[in-house]
Amino acid sequence: MDNLHPVVEIIVVAMLLIGAFFALVGAVGMLRFKDFFQRLHAPTKATTLGVGGVLIASMIYSAANGRFGTHELLITLFLFVTAPVSANLMAKAALHLKLPSKAGHPQKKD
Amino acid sequence: MATTEAAHGKRWFGHPIMSAMVAAGWLTLQQAIDPGNVLTAIVLGLVIPRLVSGFIGPGVTLKSAATVLRLVGIVVWDIIMSNITVARLALSPTRVPQPAWVPVPLDIQHPNGVALFASIITMTPGTVSCIIDERRREILVHALDCDDPVAAARDMKARYEAPLREIFE
Repeated sequence: MDNLHPVVEIIVVAMLLIGAFFALVGAVGMLRFKDFFQRLHAPTKATTLGVGGVLIASMIYSAANGRFGTHELLITLFLFVTAPVSANLMAKAALHLKLPSKAGHPQKKD
Repeated sequence: MATTEAAHGKRWFGHPIMSAMVAAGWLTLQQAIDPGNVLTAIVLGLVIPRLVSGFIGPGVTLKSAATVLRLVGIVVWDIIMSNITVARLALSPTRVPQPAWVPVPLDIQHPNGVALFASIITMTPGTVSCIIDERRREILVHALDCDDPVAAARDMKARYEAPLREIFE
C-alpha cells in the first residue's frame, strides 16, 4: 500500500466506504422491513451497489499495482447471473406458501 | 431429445456469443494468455455450448451493438439512483414503504430477452421479478415502494424492454 499514489488511495478508500455503506443499508433494510417480500429486496440491493463498490475499489487497487483485475469482472458477471435467479426462486416459493404480504396478495396465482 | 437436436442442429458453432463468452471467461479466470490456456479456452468454447444446446434453444444474434451499450448505461445509472432512493427509505425512521404488486405485460417475444428483462428488473433495487409467466405473457413484480403500479410498469417497459426488443428482435 505504501507505493500507492495518494489520489488512487483516496479513490480506493472512497469506493470501499460507498460499498460498505450500501451493504449496511441492505442489512438495516433486512431488519426493518416487515414481510418476506420486502426483505427480498435487501440482498439484491447489497449485491448491486455494495459489492459493486468493493469490486471497483479492488480493480483500481490491482490496476495501480500493474495488474488488471479481471477476476472482479467475473464476480460481477456471476452475481448478475445468479442473484435474479435465486430471488425469483425464493419469491416463487414464498407465493406458493402464501406467506403474508403487506402489499396484499396478487390477484393472479398459479 | 431427438426432435430438439434436429431443430437446433448438432453444429459445433451454433452459439457463437456463448462460445466467445465461455472462452473469454476461462482466459479471465486464468489471468494468463499462453498457448495452453488459449487451447483450453477454444476447446471449452466449442464443447460446452454443444453439450447444453438441447436446453438453451437456438443461438442468439444481437441486432444493435449501440443499443447494448445504451442499455448497459441505463441499467448502471438506474442501479445507482434507485439504490440511493432505497437507502433513504430504509434509513429514514418515519417513512413506511408502500409495497405493491406490479403486473408487467410482456411485448418482447425472444425467451432470452424475457429472461434478461426479468433479471434487470430484479437487479435494479426496489423491484424483484417474482413470477415470469410466459403463457400469460406477464411478469409479476414486487415493488418495495410504489403508489402507482400502472406508471411503474410503463416505466420499466420503456426503459428496459424497448431497448431489449431492438437488440433481440
